[in-house]
Amino acid sequence: MPAAESYPEELKYHPEHDWARIDGDDATLGVTWFAQDALGELVHYEAPVVGSTVAKDESYGEVESVKAVSDIVAPLSGEVLEVNQKAIDEPEIVNDDPYDEGWLIRIRMSDPGEVAGLMDAAAYRVHIADQ
Amino acid sequence: MEATLKRTPLFERHVGLGARMVPFAGFEMPVQYEGVIPEHRAVRGDCGVFDVSHMGELHVDGPTAQAFLQAMLSNDVDRVGDGQAQYTLLTNEQGGIVDDLIVYRFAHGQFLLVVNASNREAAFAWLKDREPRGAEVRDASDEYGLLAVQGPRALGRLGLLEAPAFTHDMGEIDGIEVLISRTGYTGERGVELCCAADETPALWDAVLARGAVPCGLGARDTLRLEVCYPLHGNDIGPETDSISAGLGWACALATEFTGVDVLRRTRDEGPTRRLVPFVLEERAVPRQGMPIEGGGEVTSGTHSPMLDVGIGMGYLPSEAATPGNDIVIDVRGKPKRARVVKKPIYRRET
Repeated sequence: MPAAESYPEELKYHPEHDWARIDGDDATLGVTWFAQDALGELVHYEAPVVGSTVAKDESYGEVESVKAVSDIVAPLSGEVLEVNQKAIDEPEIVNDDPYDEGWLIRIRMSDPGEVAGLMDAAAYRVHIADQ
Repeated sequence: MEATLKRTPLFERHVGLGARMVPFAGFEMPVQYEGVIPEHRAVRGDCGVFDVSHMGELHVDGPTAQAFLQAMLSNDVDRVGDGQAQYTLLTNEQGGIVDDLIVYRFAHGQFLLVVNASNREAAFAWLKDREPRGAEVRDASDEYGLLAVQGPRALGRLGLLEAPAFTHDMGEIDGIEVLISRTGYTGERGVELCCAADETPALWDAVLARGAVPCGLGARDTLRLEVCYPLHGNDIGPETDSISAGLGWACALATEFTGVDVLRRTRDEGPTRRLVPFVLEERAVPRQGMPIEGGGEVTSGTHSPMLDVGIGMGYLPSEAATPGNDIVIDVRGKPKRARVVKKPIYRRET
């Protein structure tokens, strides 16, 4: 079942509809409820490889629905520690649970100072209200 | 500049159901309601209804209408009896496809052509320019609404009896007079219902009340691609010929029609490329325009909801267009393995 709309308070948000959960020097990344709803049921997640680097504001992968493909933009820079194999095997979990089971990658941040440039949930809600 | 989009008689119904509306062929149309995948499955497993009122309806009437259509259309219209219908192509001098359509015969000298929404004006202009004495072509598209009710339980839910494919008859559903055709674009049994434009919302409500699931253009595309029905503008067009497209079965090459000489020659010499279906061998979704290694191109691609793999159709050099042949598709710079298969890509297990 598709998730109900939500933007958890403990996450940080990027204007391209990506979220980050900060845990020390590591961060878990994914796409927001708004992004998965706009795309529709996901059928493919083209993930980066572990050990590669991702750069803030640049694409690190793709998510694809029946009708459309979308780049996934990194909210933060770093090295990929882990990719969510379950999201590759069953991409619909990103629709069902975008913030928990449907995470996309985990990174070791190369510049934790970038976190300060992201939005909190309240700011992100204002951002999507304009879209 | 964005031109004003037209709306079908069901626009308010779609908005009321929470559909996601998109521009398509000059109309504001529902691409999905609940979601492409559940809508697709409803049609394969039970019954779905599509608003296809954007399609064009051209009346061709008069004592010379039949001879005129025989000269304009690829299939043999002389074989269509009263109450029957036929899939056929409107061809140009090069044997290219101006439109693919269904011709309905009501009586001697009384025909209806149901044409693609995107080609309504082109098809009408093509025929009007060539209209002979004794035949009249009239664009009646705005006078009608059209619903496609498709799926294994479509007839049962509508309370209709079995009838052969490509036949039609006048009937009544909840007091609304409808033309009922045993036609469709999903590979499932079902009907298309044509009624007066102002009665379309009542007909839609009646069909929904009988349990049909509203389905958008998204599911219409995945359904037709699973059964390898070509889409004009993607897989076929004025620059592609019917022989290469695998539509030779819809061309009566013994009859005389526009471009037939070219098509006879292509048949005799063998086409240099062919439109074939394929299935991805690894996870990826092919899309229109992606190159196929060895000189081919994807013309339609999607993710098959029934098979849960990427599927598509594309033109390949004839020597590579054999079922079982392995191909490689360039998916945004990444090579992805696929295999040419026989039509259809999806067939119900019996």
